[in-house]
Amino acid sequence: MEINERIREFVVENCLFGDTSVDLTDDTALLDSGIIDSTGVIEMVFFISETFGLEVPAEDMLPENFNSIARLSAYIEQRIPVG
Amino acid sequence: MCGIAGALNLTAARGTPLPDLHAMLTMLTHRGPEEAGFYADDRVGLAHARLSIVGVGNGLQPIPNEDGTIWAICNGEFFNYVELRDGLRERGHQFRTDSDTEVLVHLYEEQGWQAIEALNGQFAVALWDARQQRLMLGRDRLGVRPLFYTTYQGQFLFASEIKALFAAGVPRQLDAHGMAQVFTLWSPLPGGSIMAGVREVLPGHVLFAHPGSAELRQHAYWHLRFPAADEIESRTPEEYVEEIRATLQQATRLRLRADVPVGAYLSGGLDSTLISSIAQAQLPHQLHTFSVAFHDDAYDERSYQFQVAEQLGTLHHVIECDAERIRATLPDVLWHTEVPLLRLTPVAMYLLSQLVHQHGLKVMLSGEGADEFFGGYDIFKETLVRRFWARQPDSRLRPLLLSRIYEHIRDLQSLSPEMLRPFFGQHLTETDLPYYSHMLRWQNTRRTHRLFAPDLVASLADYHVVDTIAVQLPREMMQWEPLARAQYTEITTFLSAYLLASQGDRVGMAHAVECRHPFLDQHMVALSNRIPARWKLRGLRGEKYILRRAAQGIAPDEIVGRLKQPYRAPIRSVFNGRALPDYAQELLSDPQIRASGIFAPQAVRLLVAKAQKSPAFSEVDQMAFIGVLTTQLIHHMFIADWDHQMATRRRDLRMTRLG
Repeated sequence: MEINERIREFVVENCLFGDTSVDLTDDTALLDSGIIDSTGVIEMVFFISETFGLEVPAEDMLPENFNSIARLSAYIEQRIPVG
Repeated sequence: MCGIAGALNLTAARGTPLPDLHAMLTMLTHRGPEEAGFYADDRVGLAHARLSIVGVGNGLQPIPNEDGTIWAICNGEFFNYVELRDGLRERGHQFRTDSDTEVLVHLYEEQGWQAIEALNGQFAVALWDARQQRLMLGRDRLGVRPLFYTTYQGQFLFASEIKALFAAGVPRQLDAHGMAQVFTLWSPLPGGSIMAGVREVLPGHVLFAHPGSAELRQHAYWHLRFPAADEIESRTPEEYVEEIRATLQQATRLRLRADVPVGAYLSGGLDSTLISSIAQAQLPHQLHTFSVAFHDDAYDERSYQFQVAEQLGTLHHVIECDAERIRATLPDVLWHTEVPLLRLTPVAMYLLSQLVHQHGLKVMLSGEGADEFFGGYDIFKETLVRRFWARQPDSRLRPLLLSRIYEHIRDLQSLSPEMLRPFFGQHLTETDLPYYSHMLRWQNTRRTHRLFAPDLVASLADYHVVDTIAVQLPREMMQWEPLARAQYTEITTFLSAYLLASQGDRVGMAHAVECRHPFLDQHMVALSNRIPARWKLRGLRGEKYILRRAAQGIAPDEIVGRLKQPYRAPIRSVFNGRALPDYAQELLSDPQIRASGIFAPQAVRLLVAKAQKSPAFSEVDQMAFIGVLTTQLIHHMFIADWDHQMATRRRDLRMTRLG
């Protein structure tokens, strides 16, 4: 599964409780819209660590890395060691 | 303290049978287990279940005037009844009882319904005036005591609790708007309920009903008001300190009036410590104090409670609230609150009043109201910080103040200013809205609507709770100081509607325990409301500044200097990593969720799994989980399983006919 699909699945199940009526595109603002709250950010960090084996340092916890599925995917992709 | 119930025939036809007053009253026996009386003629019925506190020997109600043309019942107390009675006697009124309720009867003879303005107390009353053919209901200024009403089959029915209306055959159905309100504000809006067609008399209001007329009229006899910012008085803090001390001493002295011993709740915070200190100093004997201890260290304040009890020399009692006890008690608590909960603190207060009852006490003092009237809550600080930030919305540093306010919320501490912005920066610059202070909180809580079933969501498409609040706010509100606006919003939508009900009257009266609140004395309220905001909240660490100064030398120093810890019961540790209790397993199952029809089954499944397993369970998730579980309990007890619940939970009592 693509990185963005795995993130989407996590967000839908864990933050939206399966509510598919929310229009969730890769660019939907996750923080500003309240889909992810402050605890949700910590959950996301935990999910990234469990799923992709990546530790997210505090200085990377920024809206530019977290505010949409696309940004999260880009951040993870760029952090995953090549090969 | 007591339970009241009654009915009035609204149709022109005389002789229509009244609802079964006895059946109604048997649902309120927990409020008044000691004796019961009623008055009934062919148009009106008043019934009263009594817990004797004042006039123990001869206070059977309803109480008539000299010629039997006025009959009154009261749940609660008029603390200034001694002074009022002296005046009435001087003016020639004959008193037959020592009950404070009789004061209202004679005062009404003199002044009509405006008599209610003279009462300093916490009460819900009903008064039948045969001469004017008018039934009057009334509630105290802040709504300490409940009073619900409805109309059904040509009758006007009222009662201290909704279950008594249901016992009279009133249809039972959840109200969609009420549900939306609870899952936004934690309670229905003042005057409403979660049951369709059931309403509550507003705090500070009287309601009139007439036989043979369908028209009900509600009228405010008191308004919560603050001074305009440009007209605020400016006195020295020393003057305010003196005034607070004198007024609070007097408010406490009045609330120690009872023919039975009075105890005090002690949380370990400033407010209850101050009240306990004042009460102990006024009493010739040792005060009984009671407190809750939690198994979860993050919520436990027992070391402070013991410290205060030791220094004041009170007889202290503690109830240990562990996870098992909280889980086991929850259904009984919901039977009493009659409204879903989003937090578990009412369970702790329920267990606490049980402990009080076991020690044979029935009147307790509390510190409730100090946070609202003297600026003790984090939401007040949050409002001031957001207003400060809104003046420079691009500031990188200003949002950091928010993580300082919420030091007890761990998840916030790891967030940078950039990450705080999306959470606290919403509606940041809308500072000219009167309810600016509460927008974020309501918006956050409203996220729990995600759990609602699609049908319920659809029926709420055009309903916006915040709009309903906005139209009810006083027009002059924007002339008040920003803190006063936040206080008004907090007091009307949270203190009166939630704290005094689900965390106050209902869980106290579940065990026939009456709570008295010196900070809610009308003279305390008037005083605190005219103190300028700058003496209430001074910076992020200066909450309740002027009250703290007033407490110096009265309450122990360690407590006066201590910062507030939010008083609440744990949730995460009660359900995380454990199997659900049997009732929860059943009520949260797919078939039960489908049967009640309020929530989406798949959403509930995911939420429940998260509650039990996930290491991270946010504030909103916690509210959603408790909200779903308690709504299912309400639906089960009051709708699906009502006949059985009523039969097993009612307690019989013998009613004496009067008149």
